Amino acid sequence: MIALLLRDLRLAVRAGGGFGLGLAFFLIVVVLVPLGVGPQTELLSRIAPGILWVASLLAALLSLDRIFALDFEDGSLGLLATSPLPLEGAALAKALAHWITTGLPLTLAAPALGFLLSLAPEAYKYLLLSLLLGTPALSMIGTFGAALTVGLRRGGLLLSLLVLPLYVPTLIFGAEAVRRGADGLDPTGALILLGMITAGCFAVLPFATAATLRINLR
Amino acid sequence: MSIWEYANPKKFMGWTTPVLPYAFGLAALCLIVGLVWGFFFTPDDYRQGSTVKIIYLHVPAALMAINAWIMMLVASLIWVVRRHHVSALAARAAAPVGLTITLIALFTGAIWGQPMWGTYWAWDPRLTSFLILFLFYLGYIALWEAIEDPDTAADLTSVLCMVGSIFAILSRYAVNFWNQGLHQGASLSLDKEENVSDVFWQPLVICIAGFVLLFVGLVLLRTRTEIRARRIRALEARARRA
Repeated sequence: MIALLLRDLRLAVRAGGGFGLGLAFFLIVVVLVPLGVGPQTELLSRIAPGILWVASLLAALLSLDRIFALDFEDGSLGLLATSPLPLEGAALAKALAHWITTGLPLTLAAPALGFLLSLAPEAYKYLLLSLLLGTPALSMIGTFGAALTVGLRRGGLLLSLLVLPLYVPTLIFGAEAVRRGADGLDPTGALILLGMITAGCFAVLPFATAATLRINLR
Repeated sequence: MSIWEYANPKKFMGWTTPVLPYAFGLAALCLIVGLVWGFFFTPDDYRQGSTVKIIYLHVPAALMAINAWIMMLVASLIWVVRRHHVSALAARAAAPVGLTITLIALFTGAIWGQPMWGTYWAWDPRLTSFLILFLFYLGYIALWEAIEDPDTAADLTSVLCMVGSIFAILSRYAVNFWNQGLHQGASLSLDKEENVSDVFWQPLVICIAGFVLLFVGLVLLRTRTEIRARRIRALEARARRA
């Protein structure tokens, strides 16, 4: 499982430049929003938590179809399915690799982009904390979505249609935690619920993902 | 003789043929009686005026929009556990009906909201969760359409339906957490002594019965169509091989 994780990480960093792409996309979305809504500081700082969360959601979405597609095409997914490692473990490793290559950099870059949107100073630690808690769920849900559409030739658009509604609870709790932090309210409740969603996703979705992969490999 | 025998495609076609006219006839009867009674023979509400009458479309539609998803979930579970093809096809048949009913609920709500709340749309928890439900229906239907092999499509959509149900419930509560509601409480619930006043209640129940029957009729009809389409595909495949 660790070997698979390392292999996926190496592939993501070396081949195709998928590693920085999500991050660049994140930056561009965050830059585009002020251009769209106007440069007023108070407006930007009010919508900053939402923008940062929506942008990281979209950036995570961008690299989802890579999770299984290449392995499916060259047959290594079939090998993974027959290997001694249960497919559930492989799904978990894939989700973790996706998180390390997209979710983690996004989390680390988000505070820097918070400056661009003049996010309230007290919200930074909640932004970091909520993204750290929430982005693993985004990767895990996305892995499930990628498994659903792996057999399709042009699954990209369908993938976003399937995955985005599933992102709703994560987005709500994540952005709500940051907003409450920015308003000086207590965000603990939202953070706890966010952590619950992530924990629940990691408990349930590897099995659903593995079941889906088995169906697609039939 | 068990209940599962009715899931055999041939048996299913057999028993639905006589049932269908009754379902549609009763649905039409209930809807005509309920709507005419509701629209013309109930008094106006003292605060809402005549706009209250949209309840006869809105409440049954909203109820069935959720029940249609639950029916799809049950059908998906039956397909996963017992591999009855009719069950998978029924889930597929129900999805567009559920989508339409969700749209009806959203539209009637918007029409009612304009004079009452002063806006067609508000980001109220109930409204928002219905919009999310609408997106779930869209994704489900899109996945059915995208996959060619019917058995794979049935398997994948059932998994999506099950996972989607969990997330739909989560979204419902998340949305509650996110914003305070403008929408009033449930119009009908079993654990309350009094709901809406009796004058409105009686035609409303008839309308709900009409919507349920209409849904059953439409799903049965669409399932029959799916079964026939499947038979045609099988015959064509056989003809090509011969």
